[in-house]
Amino acid sequence: MAQTITEKILAQHARRESVRPGENIWIDVDILMTHDVCGPPTIDIFKREFGENAAVWNKDKLVILPDHYIFTEDPHAMRNIEILRKFAREQDLPHYFDVGTSRYKGVCHIALAEEGFNRPGDVLFGTDSHTCTSGAFGLFSTGVGNTDAALIMGTGKIWVKVPETMRFVFEGDLPPYLMAKDLILSVIGDIGFEGGTYKALEFDGKAVFDLSMEERMTLTNMAIEAGGKNGIIAPDEKTFDYVKARTDHGFVPVYGDPGARYYHERVYDVSKMEPVVAKPHRPDNLANVSEVEGTKLDRAYIGSCTGGKIEDFMAAAAVLEGQEVRVDTFVVPASTEVTQALRTRTMNGKTIWQVFLDAGCKMGHASCGACLGGPVDTFGRTHGTEVVISTTNRNFPGRMGSKQSAVYLASPLTVAASAIHGVITDPREVLV
Amino acid sequence: MKEHIRGQAYVVGDSIDTDQIIPAIHLVYSMTVPEERQFYGRYALSGLPEASQGLPHGSTPFTPGDAFKSPYSFIIAGGNFGCGSSREHAPFALQEAGAEVVIAESYARIFYRNAVDGGFVIPFETRVRLIDEIKTGDVLSLTTGTGILKNETSGTEYLLEPLGDIAEILKCGNVFEYARQAGMMTQR
Ligand code: SF4
Repeated sequence: MAQTITEKILAQHARRESVRPGENIWIDVDILMTHDVCGPPTIDIFKREFGENAAVWNKDKLVILPDHYIFTEDPHAMRNIEILRKFAREQDLPHYFDVGTSRYKGVCHIALAEEGFNRPGDVLFGTDSHTCTSGAFGLFSTGVGNTDAALIMGTGKIWVKVPETMRFVFEGDLPPYLMAKDLILSVIGDIGFEGGTYKALEFDGKAVFDLSMEERMTLTNMAIEAGGKNGIIAPDEKTFDYVKARTDHGFVPVYGDPGARYYHERVYDVSKMEPVVAKPHRPDNLANVSEVEGTKLDRAYIGSCTGGKIEDFMAAAAVLEGQEVRVDTFVVPASTEVTQALRTRTMNGKTIWQVFLDAGCKMGHASCGACLGGPVDTFGRTHGTEVVISTTNRNFPGRMGSKQSAVYLASPLTVAASAIHGVITDPREVLV
Repeated sequence: MKEHIRGQAYVVGDSIDTDQIIPAIHLVYSMTVPEERQFYGRYALSGLPEASQGLPHGSTPFTPGDAFKSPYSFIIAGGNFGCGSSREHAPFALQEAGAEVVIAESYARIFYRNAVDGGFVIPFETRVRLIDEIKTGDVLSLTTGTGILKNETSGTEYLLEPLGDIAEILKCGNVFEYARQAGMMTQR
């Protein structure tokens, strides 16, 4: 039976020839990831169910990445890190990336890629809804809660319902004023933010394979904003190069069969697409930038697993170079590796970091930052009625802190162009 | 899973995301330490904007004032309930406040899974747009086995969608018991 890449990976991990959408199956998990917000309660449940002194099912397959509430004085948040630290010591975990050490990484989804944990053909679960990001590397990855994570922690297994696959094909050449963020916001706007519920979202077509791994991650990252179970892109040479540069661990790539059944298929010509935003307060509240141009802003934010990668900052820096921002602009690298790159890569003889500083941006530490609001002292958090344009992925009421603030989601190019003018601005106006 | 559940309804709108169910700032409380976990009850649904707190009138907090428990056992919602993050704190907070059932037109899948696998609240689905028919404060009674819901205040009866595959997990109490019965986890 012809199967999609998602069905095939799931079948292999259920040790079966094939699976059908809608079936409930038990599968083996290759990697489990957790972080500082959901790790501690997961550990509590694990101990409750498997015993105070139980060992995790496989030390090499558990990755713990504190990233959410890091640079804060909040005592409860600090206690969470202590709990992770203690657990990592108890269990002698090789993949714990502690805060305050040179091992600290930052946002989990980016760190998983950078540290070589995203391997084609694998199954990866994480206690974070944006775990679907890893699917950019041709693996099945999805977010779960603490209870499911605790079950995996103890057994290495979990039940899943095999999703139907929706395919989004992007053809044509991507114009320089568009980024992957515009493509995925358009998809979410088109199918609605529950249009992909329980479904696998597969991205395909020349324009997708033209993208770098980082940009592909922006596509799969936001699969969850359409309700999707996982986002996935078949692996190619770029995937293999990235993974091999980061790990010696072997992997077996999996591809969909010709003739596999798709529940839904949509084809886009990227050369005809427009820079877009998601207006407050839903990620599917789509508008062309031209429709909201001139909207007055109080703040711009460049960061998160969606828009805080090296290429996101390179794109923003190209716009901000030699310019000055008119609104408070917060820059939060997703990972310490990204910070490092900003401090070493240059543009017209200046480091990228300096480009942002000279443009008047405020620079933060690698972490989730204000992407999800966080404790009151979080860098970039909203506290009032701020109107924000942001490279992050969610704009529900209160997501960046204050329930009264309003968040527009856009690409790093659009955010940077808007920061310069203090109003929402089409990147075509500033790109030369 | 209880056979009969009776209590008051709390009605909310469409696409209530996890930040509205439990704002991220509160996620630092321990979910096990009793003095701390009760704050999840206090702040359950506290992220709802004022106008959507308890429809049709709004301005009715789910958990009033400084209380830790909510007077409402049923949450009646529109589509895509629980969208957003994977935080299990969301169904947990509803349970901690005293809610037992959510009845929505549809769910975001991680919330749905968490509600079931953790055994926090029973997520029923409805084809009827109950948020237009039921008012916050109406007294409801539900028979979980049949899915028959009665609005005692208005006298109307509804048939909810069958629970399907998840009924097995709900009967076990949570996913661990279910895994033991499926032979995926050794018996304790
Ligand atoms: S950056 Fe934002 S979306 Fe990404 S993991 Fe952190 S909080 Fe979640």
